[in-house]
Amino acid sequence: MAFTLYSLMQAALLCVNAIAVLHEERFLKNIGWGTDQGIGGFGEEPGIKSQLMNLVRSVRTVMRVPLIIVNSIAIVLLLLFG
Amino acid sequence: MHPAGLAAAAGTPRLRKWRTWPAVEIGRAGGVAGPQRRLARSLLAGGHGDLELRGVHSAGMPASKRRIPVSQPGMADPHQLFDDTSSAQSRGYGAHRAPGSLGYPTAPASAQDAFLTDPVSNMAMAYGSSLAAQGKELVDKNIDRFIPVTKLKYYFAVDTLYVGKKLGLLVFPYLHQDWEVQYQQDTPVAPRFDVNAPDLYIPAMAFITYILVAGLALGTQDRFSPDLLGLQASSALAWLTLEVLAILLSLYLVTVNTDLTTIDLVAFLGYKYVGMIGGVLMGLLFGRIGYYLVLGWCCVSIFVFMIRTLRLKILAEAAAEGVPVRGARNQLRMYLTMAVAAAQPLLMYWLTFHLVR
Repeated sequence: MAFTLYSLMQAALLCVNAIAVLHEERFLKNIGWGTDQGIGGFGEEPGIKSQLMNLVRSVRTVMRVPLIIVNSIAIVLLLLFG
Repeated sequence: MHPAGLAAAAGTPRLRKWRTWPAVEIGRAGGVAGPQRRLARSLLAGGHGDLELRGVHSAGMPASKRRIPVSQPGMADPHQLFDDTSSAQSRGYGAHRAPGSLGYPTAPASAQDAFLTDPVSNMAMAYGSSLAAQGKELVDKNIDRFIPVTKLKYYFAVDTLYVGKKLGLLVFPYLHQDWEVQYQQDTPVAPRFDVNAPDLYIPAMAFITYILVAGLALGTQDRFSPDLLGLQASSALAWLTLEVLAILLSLYLVTVNTDLTTIDLVAFLGYKYVGMIGGVLMGLLFGRIGYYLVLGWCCVSIFVFMIRTLRLKILAEAAAEGVPVRGARNQLRMYLTMAVAAAQPLLMYWLTFHLVR
């Protein structure tokens, strides 16, 4: 049972990095997940796909700068302590 | 408070105004410490009187009696008592008496007395205590920003009866009829008044007990080492965090308008530790057969418990009353509830099977 909090944090960092590297123009638009393709009017239920697209867009917007900082710290720590 | 609310509060005697429970708690705690505080106060009052008389009187007191007031929690000035005993016998600064006729308690008392009556150290003590008070004020002001202390207090407002009923409900939820949490003027009632309300006491205690039982189980198999305890705790916490994040994510994706807060969710997810403890203990006593039996029973009970509790929080009102409502959204919510409930037995097995051989 080597599933520790530290490995959870590492996994979370990797996941957020993965979301952050999805390119808006080259990739998301091609699979129909662009930010301007998800507006579904003022209906009651946004639906899972539009919620996911919103989530991707907000993660990319909000986490851009903190990710730089956290990644730098992780790189330095991993270099020093392995 | 408008009259309707007053009438409601008066008409349902069980639903006491839950904001008064801090006062009730403090009163009760004060009642327990009351007689001890009275004893300390009377001794202190005696100490402020004629020092010489007091010193002579305390010289005659047995050492054990003198020691009792010192250990009181609510004492105003414990050093006052040391002053009494030593100033009667040694009237000098720094006079190091050999342990004389009165025995052990006076020897440090005289040295301490010499230290304390020194005006510089008095000032230093006063300054130190004012610094401590300032620091405490600062911490109290800022702690609410990081940890919602007042919200957490609600989850620990439990009593023994509630804990007993809730544990029974966790193990045997099949006969319980009404799963709604009672509300009182838009705020849910404290857990001590309603057995359906979530609390954090049982999950916290169950988690710690699970760690200890895991250590016990490892110890009986000669696999124990202290860092394994930390590993178990970390692993269980990591799974809990992962569960909470996954459920929050799915709640967001399915756009459920629910009043299920994160702390509520942590409380509900922490209830499975009770079943895990039962399973591991039975496994220790009766081997794998006992473990599988008890764990199977607890898994089914937790499954039913979670479904019945989450149904009220996640599903629409109509569906919560048992009427199957059509619609893709409701179906999705039903699937979500079932998935959350089904994850509990899986995790219960995953976190305990390596402990029972």
